[in-house]
Amino acid sequence: MEPAAAKLIGAGIACIALAGAGVGIGTIFGNYLAGALRNPAAAPAQFPNLLLGFALAEATGLFGLVVALILLFVI
Amino acid sequence: MAAEEAASGAAHHGGGLAIDPMHQFRVETIFPIHFGNIDASFTNASLWMLIAAGLVTLLTIVGMGSRSLVPGRLQSVAELSYEFVSNMLRDNVGDAGKRFFPFVFTLFMFVLFCNMLGMMPYSFTVTSHIIVTFALASFIFIAVTILGFAVHGLHFFHFFVPKGVPVALLPLLVVIEVISYLTRPISLSVRLFANMMAGHTMLKVFAGFVIAMGWFGGFLPLAFMVAFTGLEILVAFLQAYVFAILTCIYLNDALHMH
Repeated sequence: MEPAAAKLIGAGIACIALAGAGVGIGTIFGNYLAGALRNPAAAPAQFPNLLLGFALAEATGLFGLVVALILLFVI
Repeated sequence: MAAEEAASGAAHHGGGLAIDPMHQFRVETIFPIHFGNIDASFTNASLWMLIAAGLVTLLTIVGMGSRSLVPGRLQSVAELSYEFVSNMLRDNVGDAGKRFFPFVFTLFMFVLFCNMLGMMPYSFTVTSHIIVTFALASFIFIAVTILGFAVHGLHFFHFFVPKGVPVALLPLLVVIEVISYLTRPISLSVRLFANMMAGHTMLKVFAGFVIAMGWFGGFLPLAFMVAFTGLEILVAFLQAYVFAILTCIYLNDALHMH
């Protein structure tokens, strides 16, 4: 296989990591919404935790994106 | 069709694309300074860091200059950011964290302003460079570790031994705990860097689509871009917040252990 082609395929595969981030963000917001509808009074206090969880989940997916970008632009 | 061409063009260092999405991250020397073999030139990255630090200083000094009982707009912003960080510190670290308020406040405001200044067109996003975020994160990591040893002495090593675990599992768990502790500066820096770089690259790739798709097709990616810009401003704030809150959590770990 040509190195250039392998690079592009590798970058594409690395982007699969973002699927996990999508699942994670969906789980966090879905569960927050479910919890907030059951007990709306407790919801505002948990909003910082929601943002924290969102950022943590998104970051793990972005690690994969960084690998893809390194493959495309650095190597 | 044109979009596909643009997408494939983006992979080849922006060849065929009107905008090179990676050009915005280029560090350019404004005036060269050399110490022997060390290149300490004043670059656009240094310039935007100075602007961010200057704006934070201006906001706090000018904002609190009048010290009126009924705050004006600038004073409100300064007071809001003070209260925001102070509440964050109190919720996560407790009263013992009060003396670290200046550090966390400076950190939060600097990262926030760097992220927000990066959202301006033709500006430079300092936090989209891993060396900047890694320097911040490794400073936090080293400082927190020293603090832990200063407060608890050698007892701080108990941090790596989880309580209520069968003795047979301990050799494995201690190794995992130590590794997860040592990767903190990496995860902290890569999180901020990756978010900023990915967001800005995405904006520029979509900007390339707007031009590539012409007068009529271009409005669709333009609408996406407006939405993404809003999202990016949210992310810019969120990542500064997460950076600061994780610093608080690490401080709490060092001060109170488990």
